[in-house]
Amino acid sequence: MPESTWRGRGALAVAAAGALLATACSPGAGPGGGGGELSGVELLVAAKWTGVEQENFEEVLAAFEQETGATVSYESTGEDTGAYLGPKIEADEPPDIAILPQPGLVQEYAEQGALVPLEGDAATALDENYTDYWRELGSVEGEPYGILLKAAHKSIIWYRPDSFEEAGVEPPATWDDLTGQTATTLSDAGITPFSMCGASGWTLTDWFENVYLSEAGPEKYDQLVAHEIPWTDESVAATLETLAEVWGEEDLLNGGTDGAVQTDFPTCVTDVYGQESAAMVFEADFVAASAQEAGATVGEDALAFPFPAVGEEAPVVVGGDIAVGMSENEGVQELLAYLASPEAQTTWAGLGGYLSANSAVEPEAYSDDFTQQLASTIQEAGDNVRYDLSDQVPSQFGATEGRGMWSILQDFLRDPSDPEAAAEELEAAASDS
Amino acid sequence: MATTGEPAAVPSTGTPAPATTEDATATTGSGRLGPPPWLALVFLLPALLFLGAYMLYPILFSIYRSLWDALGTQFVGVQNYVELFSNPSTFIALRNNVIWVVVAPIVVTIAGLIFAVLTERIRWATAFKVVVFMPMAISFLASGVIFRLVYEQDPERGLANAVITTVQDTFAPSAAYPDARPRPDAPLAEAEGGGFEVEGEVAPGDTVLIPLVGVQSDELPDDAETAVAAEGADGTVTGTVWLDFTRGGGGEEGAIDGSEEGLPGLEVQAVSGGEVAATTLTAPDGTFAFEDLGDGSYTLRLAPANFTEPYNGVTWLGPTLITPAIIGAYLWVWAGFAMVLIAAGLAGIPRDALEAARVDGATEWQVFRRVTVPLLSPVLMVVFVTLMIYVLKIFDLVFIIAPGSVQRDANVLAVEMWRVSFGGGNDQGLGSALAVFLLLLVVPAMIFQIRRFRRENS
Repeated sequence: MPESTWRGRGALAVAAAGALLATACSPGAGPGGGGGELSGVELLVAAKWTGVEQENFEEVLAAFEQETGATVSYESTGEDTGAYLGPKIEADEPPDIAILPQPGLVQEYAEQGALVPLEGDAATALDENYTDYWRELGSVEGEPYGILLKAAHKSIIWYRPDSFEEAGVEPPATWDDLTGQTATTLSDAGITPFSMCGASGWTLTDWFENVYLSEAGPEKYDQLVAHEIPWTDESVAATLETLAEVWGEEDLLNGGTDGAVQTDFPTCVTDVYGQESAAMVFEADFVAASAQEAGATVGEDALAFPFPAVGEEAPVVVGGDIAVGMSENEGVQELLAYLASPEAQTTWAGLGGYLSANSAVEPEAYSDDFTQQLASTIQEAGDNVRYDLSDQVPSQFGATEGRGMWSILQDFLRDPSDPEAAAEELEAAASDS
Repeated sequence: MATTGEPAAVPSTGTPAPATTEDATATTGSGRLGPPPWLALVFLLPALLFLGAYMLYPILFSIYRSLWDALGTQFVGVQNYVELFSNPSTFIALRNNVIWVVVAPIVVTIAGLIFAVLTERIRWATAFKVVVFMPMAISFLASGVIFRLVYEQDPERGLANAVITTVQDTFAPSAAYPDARPRPDAPLAEAEGGGFEVEGEVAPGDTVLIPLVGVQSDELPDDAETAVAAEGADGTVTGTVWLDFTRGGGGEEGAIDGSEEGLPGLEVQAVSGGEVAATTLTAPDGTFAFEDLGDGSYTLRLAPANFTEPYNGVTWLGPTLITPAIIGAYLWVWAGFAMVLIAAGLAGIPRDALEAARVDGATEWQVFRRVTVPLLSPVLMVVFVTLMIYVLKIFDLVFIIAPGSVQRDANVLAVEMWRVSFGGGNDQGLGSALAVFLLLLVVPAMIFQIRRFRRENS
């Protein structure tokens, strides 16, 4: 039921935005120019989104079609965008625009010569709407290729308010409060504090990134991404030690260590909101979808608090999908320019399930308070926002099942007694990839 | 023979004629009556093209590709093969493949044999066979999803652990307060051999407070009542064991506050000189009393039986058991296949051989061991070798059943090959090397199989 009302509202928003674009933007620096300019042009966009995410994105694309007359078709790449694009690039038949889930892929494809740099309006739109950090993220050797199209806020911890009430605790502001006060009080009340998603290695890298960013600071974070400092740097071991304050306490984890390591991503959310066997689960804003599936209402009995500050400042880690052009066909740059524009992203924000890194998208554009707050934390953190580390390093090291960071952190979750050894393994894996 | 040979004599007279013409064409090379050889080639061409395009070319290209680097731009020679054998993750995959190849075909063939022999004897054989064969109709992927659930750790979700824990709980019921523990600053210490001991000693007439936490108030037994402080009495040690946590927070630590509830049915022991002098259970309000203790000093202990953790089943999806667990799923899928083939072979065994053995006084086991199995051995061999080839390329079950955290421990060559080439590694050079290696491993089994077929046909 709520979905259908959403869609109804979405359609309205698109119609409104479309009208707005058609009247206000056609003469100015708006994307593409007048209606029908690209009529007859066919474009193919590939991304991993399916279901509601796909529908929303298609509505955003529809506004572009209406305005320019181009026909844009969408193709889903499935979960593994790299596996989908690899053979297509090899066969010289890439989609016109691809939405890549990792900056690592932008770099990889750019080096292969498979990407077309942003030009004209698209480059201008990127310059105008995005901060330096995001521009650099999509650039390879100074050449801009990608636009961070859809962001995921990875610095929030989800909790069940009724369990917090029962134990009489408040969302913590610092890591020490989290481990010392919130978690132990919950545990005293007989409620397991954390549900871990250890079987999904990327959730553990997100834990690490948040603690590291807050504890070691953005500068070191960047150096670690670039592998300018080794993983044996003491800051890494220090972060692992901090993590062990949660990971090493079997009483704090749902199902103990075994449960923590074996539970995969959506299941750990269900454990909190469906089974109600734990109070908190750490993951990004997209937990909302799984929480809803488990029967919770986001905003009422599924709430989230910002990841507490370990060091001086609370971390803001953002993940997200990056749009790149893969062909020189007519209309590609126009569509990229449109996607980078606040107009397109505002439309999308109104449809829900979307978070933008675009500084020109007003927080009011989001349909609910929760997303508004997330959006404003990203904008407030300004230059201290960092993109997900594991997605920036080579995927062999940062994003492969049973390898590199994923498996080393899983081993560390299984037995967090030796942070130095884990740091050494990380260094070995990082230099190997 | 003579009578049946007679009618056949008529057509057989015709056979020498073509034979002679064939001889003639062989010698002269022209005037052939049959189709010309190029026609044979024309008919063979589609099959040859198909084999060439879909079998030969990929094999050759894989070999060629395995000699180039990840991007395919630089020739690296045998470097990929060197990396293959020096890479620890390939080593684990290889080790697991060996376990798979040795264990899985044997287990499945034996299971198939047992099912086939037994179904010969039971009345609902067909129904039984249908049931055992049914998993073959389910895709590996779906079977994988099913077994991922079966092996789930939580007994409420995982069937395997649900069975095990149910059996376990029937024999050894779990304790009432497995998670309970002393409030951190309370004067309680973990006792030797489990349970908790109150620090210091008590004498008759004393009253003690024993605050515990870690129990959710919803999980308390139904008869639990609001805790009250026990009243002291002459010659009696009294006290209260209660849940020192006020719902919603607040409340003073170590003191019985208004709404805090007692922990009923908890076993309290009075220990003197290492011996348990008396045992009592707490009342619904958490109070207990030792009335007939003699003079002297005692240590109070909360018996370990109160806190026994419930048995949580087997960690199927942990690093040690993962491969056996997946082989179990494989058995479930393939037992039907083995059973059907072996049952067909069994139907072809001459009954008189079995009868003769029985007449000679052999027991059923001897008949099975000395007659049935040897006569079945060709079929068993076919089943075994076929399974071996299938097992070498096992992919789906491993990929789906093993959670991410044990993917490395469950790894097999086919999964490794996919992962290296497409699933994150993006190194199709190394992936091709793995594919070639896998091909080499399958070749002996294939040759063996082909030879068998030849021998049987000749």
